[in-house]
Amino acid sequence: MRIVLSYPNFQFILYSYIVVTSAFNKAPSYIQALMTVTLTINNLTRELDLDPGTRLIFVLRDEFALNGAKLGCGLEQCGACVVLVDGQPTYSCTKPIGELAGKHIETVEGLVDDDGHLHAIQDAFLELNAAQCGYCTAGLIMRVKALLSDNPKPSRAEICAALDGHLCRCGAHPRIIDAVASAAAKLRVRER
Amino acid sequence: MPANIERTPRLDRWIRVEENGTIIVSTGKVEIGQGIKTALAMIAAEELDVSVQRIRVQTADTEITPNEFVTAGSMSIEDSGSAVRVASATARQILLELAAEKLDADVSSLTVEDGFVTSTESNEQTDYWSLHSGNLFEVDINEVPSLKDPHTYHTVGTKTTRTDLVAKVRGDVAFVQDLRLPHMWHGRLIKPPTANSTLVECPDVIDLPGVEIVRDGSFVGVVAQREELAVTAAQRLAARVKWQSEPLTPAMLGIPAYLRTHVSKSLPVVNGMPLDEPVAEHVRPIDAVQTLDASYYRPFQMHASIGPSVACAQFVNGKLTVHSHSQGVELLKRALADVLDLSLDRVRVIHAEGAGCYGHNGADDVGLDAALLAIAIQPRPVMVKWTRADEHGFEPYTPAAVIDMQASLDGDGRIIDWCHDTFSFSHNGRPRPSPGHTNLQTAWWRGKPITPVPRQPAMMAEVGIHRNLEPIYTLPHKRLVKHFVAHSPLRTSSLRSLGAFANVFAIESFMDELAHAADTNPLEFRLAHLEDDRAREVLDLLHRRAPVLSPDDNAGRGIAMARYKNRQTYCAVMVDVHVDYDGQVRLDHAVISADAGLVIDPDGLVNQLEGGFIQAASWALKEQVTWDHEGVTSRDWESYPILTFSEVPTIETYLVDRRVDKAMGAGEASTGPTPAAIANAIFAAVGVRVRELPFTPERVKHAAG
Repeated sequence: MRIVLSYPNFQFILYSYIVVTSAFNKAPSYIQALMTVTLTINNLTRELDLDPGTRLIFVLRDEFALNGAKLGCGLEQCGACVVLVDGQPTYSCTKPIGELAGKHIETVEGLVDDDGHLHAIQDAFLELNAAQCGYCTAGLIMRVKALLSDNPKPSRAEICAALDGHLCRCGAHPRIIDAVASAAAKLRVRER
Repeated sequence: MPANIERTPRLDRWIRVEENGTIIVSTGKVEIGQGIKTALAMIAAEELDVSVQRIRVQTADTEITPNEFVTAGSMSIEDSGSAVRVASATARQILLELAAEKLDADVSSLTVEDGFVTSTESNEQTDYWSLHSGNLFEVDINEVPSLKDPHTYHTVGTKTTRTDLVAKVRGDVAFVQDLRLPHMWHGRLIKPPTANSTLVECPDVIDLPGVEIVRDGSFVGVVAQREELAVTAAQRLAARVKWQSEPLTPAMLGIPAYLRTHVSKSLPVVNGMPLDEPVAEHVRPIDAVQTLDASYYRPFQMHASIGPSVACAQFVNGKLTVHSHSQGVELLKRALADVLDLSLDRVRVIHAEGAGCYGHNGADDVGLDAALLAIAIQPRPVMVKWTRADEHGFEPYTPAAVIDMQASLDGDGRIIDWCHDTFSFSHNGRPRPSPGHTNLQTAWWRGKPITPVPRQPAMMAEVGIHRNLEPIYTLPHKRLVKHFVAHSPLRTSSLRSLGAFANVFAIESFMDELAHAADTNPLEFRLAHLEDDRAREVLDLLHRRAPVLSPDDNAGRGIAMARYKNRQTYCAVMVDVHVDYDGQVRLDHAVISADAGLVIDPDGLVNQLEGGFIQAASWALKEQVTWDHEGVTSRDWESYPILTFSEVPTIETYLVDRRVDKAMGAGEASTGPTPAAIANAIFAAVGVRVRELPFTPERVKHAAG
């Protein structure tokens, strides 16, 4: 169906309203190959009837109302959408949910414990004001979580190498790097 | 009296006290990552004597907040900050008078701590929120109240946690993208190859039931109930539509020559002001011992925000509401009303945060896109997102610029003649009102198109092409010219620091060249031509904080400095680089010194200065918009790379403490000196002058000959 906006204004408003109202009555039959997918996100398991090709980011944001994963490029180039899948940093902008059955997906929202306490990495980002606009923050925090579980005491070069899959336009890099070192120290103390 | 208070004198437009102990501060400015919400909260908390945590800052909403125009030009602290300070002090005065009455005490005997008011005579206590009744602030601010002595500040000037950051690290609702209105649909666009393309073929239907195609001339969008469906539909449709395009002219490689040969207007610049007068003939002084010439180039570069532009719009009963990360909600409101032929009272624009970038990106344009789709599916709201390729391909870029410098030295190595010619396109592309025209790009493509606003040279002091064209140095003879070129192959607008980036790059690179010609140390050479004491102090601070330079053969250090707009923050930058044999420039370490007058939020200021350095370093080393006859080719992060974590140097920043001086805007202060400091460091390292941005390995090798 096509809606042509015509002039003057009131005409196209009226016209498009009629055309689209009819569209609202349709059943949502757009799904190409419906499949039941069981997803575990932040320890919550849910069954969803969706096209298995649906990208994870849309499921997180639109089905689960989770804001952490941000749409940045859809090309695995900027890292704003990074979440953990079985502990591994994963670009949710391209990941089809059909590949995620039985896997554990973790987002920044899942780092807050049941008592509302922030994770050491979140604390470190806050304490150092390690952001400007904050759009890249949640993806970075998830990458850092994976980094610190592999390497509890990363050097500056190792931190930078790990974060190179993420872009920050505001130039908050120095404090983000410091926040990672600070979070690593906090975690080492907590585990002692 | 702050101008914005004179424009909006009603106190309750600025400050409200809630019964729960929260204090709401309204500003017409918007948060773009610069930390203005935190800084304004600190200013209000200071004058009101409450903790920062009590303050909630309401940012721009065309139906609620004072109109403070555009959030641009590093003016928010100076404009909104001074207004909030006066409003907060007025509110405090009113509350204390009421408290004195209630506690039966003299105002001078009252002390305030976090909003609790105590009489030192009787020890009796009350608080702001129980004193405050509904109409208490329904008064006009007619005079400047007594303001706190800056020496007694305990909140302003201290480190605080960014008020907006908790939600962002938790994943709470923080951005316009996080809005989920009931029954909200999702929209995507099918953008043309270039801005001058015409749609010649477009399918009427798409084989995805439940998806609607919205078409209006060469504007094509899709709407769907689910986001991924809108994405799929847009991709499928893009493969099936056909366009007719004119090539973008002039071609990319011809830009420097085109800029010099297609000048629409040349304007002499005197004291930062362009004059509508003929440019005087230049005569080289007879006592010149040496005359140097150099030309510098900046390509088109982009805002390149990490999040593509987005807007959420709804059209109900003839009224349009748009949630937008525009930096100028009032301008956008007016532009939408003009384009859609709606009266102003039928358009509301509410600011919500987007991804940062510091300038006029696609935020306003997507506001119109969302409005058109919302009108088509009214009364449903629609969230419309540009793609990465849309943003990289259609945001308004910062214009390319050529800067020709010439200076003469006398026998003592002093500058006796200075010529600076900047050739560039307009920086003024925001959606400003202009009868019969619009800068909202989508309106150019509709069935009944509205043409772009004709480009004119900006004539105010220190704006556009001539921002920081005036050097900070005291020079006996200056010939400064702004050459405005009206027709650009690519749409251009405002990016952080406008023309100051290219002008300061040229001035401060050239000062380094002159210093070497005069056989003088670049710092001494600058000081010899600098009378402004505050500028000298900033340079001195930089010098005192300089660490030991690497003794490596291919390591070098460069410095540069400027005062933003010649009236805001002073900033000096020192950069140490390594240049590899293949021309690769590595930033090792940077030192920044700055004088921003009274510092409101020191951590925020450091964040802005360092962030500005990094964005400018990215422009300097990596960025340029590329295009061919089919359109812009730098449409993703591989074809338009920006600085990565591994490429960012360690940075130290030092601030001059000036408690009693006026707070000055600082958000754009470090961008200008940065490319010059890098270029000067490259010269110090390997003896090669790079004058064309970006300093890619190819350019460095080419400059080396």
